[in-house]
Order: sequence, then structure tokens, then C-alpha cells
Amino acid sequence: MSTSWTTRVRKATLESYKPEDLLPDTQPAYVASWIYIFGVATIAAFVMLFATGLWLTLEGPAWWHTSSIGHFANSMHLWSVELFFVFMVVHLWGKFWMAAWRGKRITTWVSGVVAFMASIITAFTGYLIQTNFDSQWISTEAKDGFNSIGVGAFFNALNTGQAILLHVALLPLLLGGIVVWHIILIRRKGVVPPIDNDATLEGNK
Amino acid sequence: MYLAAIINLNHPAHYYSVGPFSISAGNAVIILVMIAIFTLALFLPFPHGKADK
Repeated sequence: MSTSWTTRVRKATLESYKPEDLLPDTQPAYVASWIYIFGVATIAAFVMLFATGLWLTLEGPAWWHTSSIGHFANSMHLWSVELFFVFMVVHLWGKFWMAAWRGKRITTWVSGVVAFMASIITAFTGYLIQTNFDSQWISTEAKDGFNSIGVGAFFNALNTGQAILLHVALLPLLLGGIVVWHIILIRRKGVVPPIDNDATLEGNK
Repeated sequence: MYLAAIINLNHPAHYYSVGPFSISAGNAVIILVMIAIFTLALFLPFPHGKADK
């Protein structure tokens, strides 16, 4: 095996993923059900979150208090996150009850769990930067919680600047990366078949 | 603003409490809506479009 890192990266990426697997135009018949819609619905809400979040970032965290357009952008961001979590939880229930980790899909399941955790942390930092009484209440309560588990020295919920940077820079990038990883794993392994159709478990792409 | 005039949100949240269990009306509604969406997704027929060639 070549020691060149470019060769190793090429073999691990471009040569391991066929274009027809990454961007398929057909799916197995059992995918024709509404329960398979919620993963992509979550991604659609995530795209809206990204777009409205960039808009809010350009104008600053206090913009929405004084501008009706800012209020509209903030409401779009709020309802996108409401839908994001609703769709993600329904997606989670669907995948849990169909035991979607079957057929060597445990990494796909775990990447979804990690995405869920990262989403909760991202949403929490969003609550902290509303610059209103709500964020004041949440941050003062949360700092006691963080101090009680000994992480107050690393993350101060009362530090709005830290929460803003985490919310608009680090966490969306992290979450976006996890989501891309999750989708690539789904494309690689294919959609999990129904429980009574285990014959197609590993070869259903 | 206009919707808020119809549904007045300018008051403390209403909570349902049974023994040690307590949940706000808003959270209860969200959970019930999610259960309804999940149930509908399982049983509503999925439309079938024309197959691509």
C-alpha cells in the first residue's frame, strides 16, 4: 500500500463511494412510505436554519428587538428549529421502531445519535443569545448546573460572547459535518429494509 | 403580532401536573403533534409517481 496520504485519502473516499450510490435515482419499494420522509425533512429545516441564521448573524443578536424584518427573520429561525426537532424526533422514532442499526448500520445509528446531541447543544447556545429575559433566566439557571458538574471553568453560560461564537461558528460547522457524515453512511449502506424482510438486509442499495 | 393578538401568549405558561409529573401546555401540545404525525406517517398511503426511465 502506498504511503502517500493523497493515495490513501483517494482510496478511502473517491474509490470507495460510487457516484450512483452517493446520488441514487431509485430506492427499494419499501421506501415508498411517509415514515421515510422525516430524515430529508429534517435536512430541509436545517437548510432553513442555516439561511436564517446567516441572515441574523449579519445583523447581530439584538437586531430582532427593534426591526420588524429582524423579528420576521428571528421567527423564521425559531420555527425552523421547532420543525427541525419535530422532524428529527419523528425520524428517530421511525428508525428506532424499525431497528435501523441492523445490517451493519450501527455507525449510521450512532452518527444520528451524535447529531441529535450536537443539535441539543447548538439549540441551547441559541437560547443563550436571544438577548432577552428568557436568555437571562436560562443562562443564570444553567450556570449553576454547569458549575455543579465542574465544567463552569470551561463554559460560562453567562458569557454571551462565548455563546454567540459557539452558536454561529463552531457548533453549526460541527453539526453540518456530522449530518454530512450521517448521509454518506446512509448512502453507503442503503436504507434499512423492514424487519420482516431481513433477506435483503445487506444488499438493498 | 396579529397571531399573538388571537392567541395571547403574554402570560406565564400553563402547566398540567399529576403527582410528581409536570408538563407545560406548550410542550404537551408539541409531543401530541409529534405522535399524531408519526401515526399518520405510518398509515397514510404514499403517492406513487410515474417511474423514471
